[in-house]
Amino acid sequence: MAFSILEPGLATSVQDQGRLGYYNVGIPQGGAMDQLSASMANALAGNAATDAVLECAYLGPKFTTDADAVIAVTGAPVEVRVNGTTADQWTRLSLTAGDEVSFGMLSGGTRYYIAVQGGIDVPLVLGSRSTYALGALGGFQGRTLKAGDVVPVGPAPTSASRRLDSIPDELRPAYAREVSVRIMPGLYDHRLTAEGMETLVTASWKLTPVADRTGLRYSGPDIEWKPRTQPFGAGSDPSNIVDAGYAIGSIQVPGGKEPIVLHRDAVSGGGYAMVATVISADMDVVARSAPGTVTHFEPVTMEQALTARADAARIRRSVWE
Amino acid sequence: MADIVSPLPGIFYRKPGPDKDPYANEGDPIEAGQTIGVVEIMKQFSEIRSDVSGTLTSFAVEDSGTVNPGDVIATVTEG
Repeated sequence: MAFSILEPGLATSVQDQGRLGYYNVGIPQGGAMDQLSASMANALAGNAATDAVLECAYLGPKFTTDADAVIAVTGAPVEVRVNGTTADQWTRLSLTAGDEVSFGMLSGGTRYYIAVQGGIDVPLVLGSRSTYALGALGGFQGRTLKAGDVVPVGPAPTSASRRLDSIPDELRPAYAREVSVRIMPGLYDHRLTAEGMETLVTASWKLTPVADRTGLRYSGPDIEWKPRTQPFGAGSDPSNIVDAGYAIGSIQVPGGKEPIVLHRDAVSGGGYAMVATVISADMDVVARSAPGTVTHFEPVTMEQALTARADAARIRRSVWE
Repeated sequence: MADIVSPLPGIFYRKPGPDKDPYANEGDPIEAGQTIGVVEIMKQFSEIRSDVSGTLTSFAVEDSGTVNPGDVIATVTEG
């Protein structure tokens, strides 16, 4: 079976849990930006957590199904329409062959997810179905969807997995206009002045519209770097370093202006100092932020970060138990 | 009166390029489906079109202004 794409939306792409193990050769892990929402969509559709879903940014697709299908839409709040009639998010939906699915306007957040029972059945590339559009790799022909695409859906799983009807309200993520994002200082926080670091963790940062799968840029006050004589191999600005590997979630402040959080499709290394790193548990929070979201970067210890990771994993697992 | 609404967040531009003329000006006659500007988000430019024919009465967002989904960009007097 397959979905026929009538309208592609702004940047609809196939995503799964990501492409692990190739970061050292410059291929980012990618995968759904909001991993929790994508995972919950799969749970509702009766899939495995590893199945591929459609990730829709801001403007969703319009498509028809050529066979009966079970789908679920999770993520940013949006009006879901089946043959023009409003349907629920966070709930399993049954489609009949020929049904048309479309979407209204977002009322918060950035991305929503469509899971279909059987998963989006594009070929595995380096162990993942995720689209890395910058590298023209994986997903549907290495790119976001276009009108006229026929997107294959896999056969429904034969082993009857436990079927969840809807995600309880208390487990659904928030899509707030003001968020706190936990960070760990480093690896290059020593390159900031004490005032510079103080600015990073106390200012109210506003997410600019310059935000995509690669990174998100925030506006706010300037951040002060320590002056130094730049070493051989580093660029001329104090925010430049001799090239180094970038941790996923790294925060850079090129020229001391507008911090950038590197997200799932970011490059694996380069010549900007990383002053802090968003903890893994809060990468989804960053992914859900719409332009204009007021963001506070809250420093935590490694111990707190690991506790937060365990808590996030518990919530993610709870819909599969 | 019909509102032209932005379906997505981003930066609204009234011109196709810095040295180009605006897509439309206040007082211009507008056809249904005509582009009146673009919204840039994620390095992509999405055309904003009028659903109705009439006269473009006013812009509610300035050139290079920030918009959110549901924001009114311009109003058109139908007819």
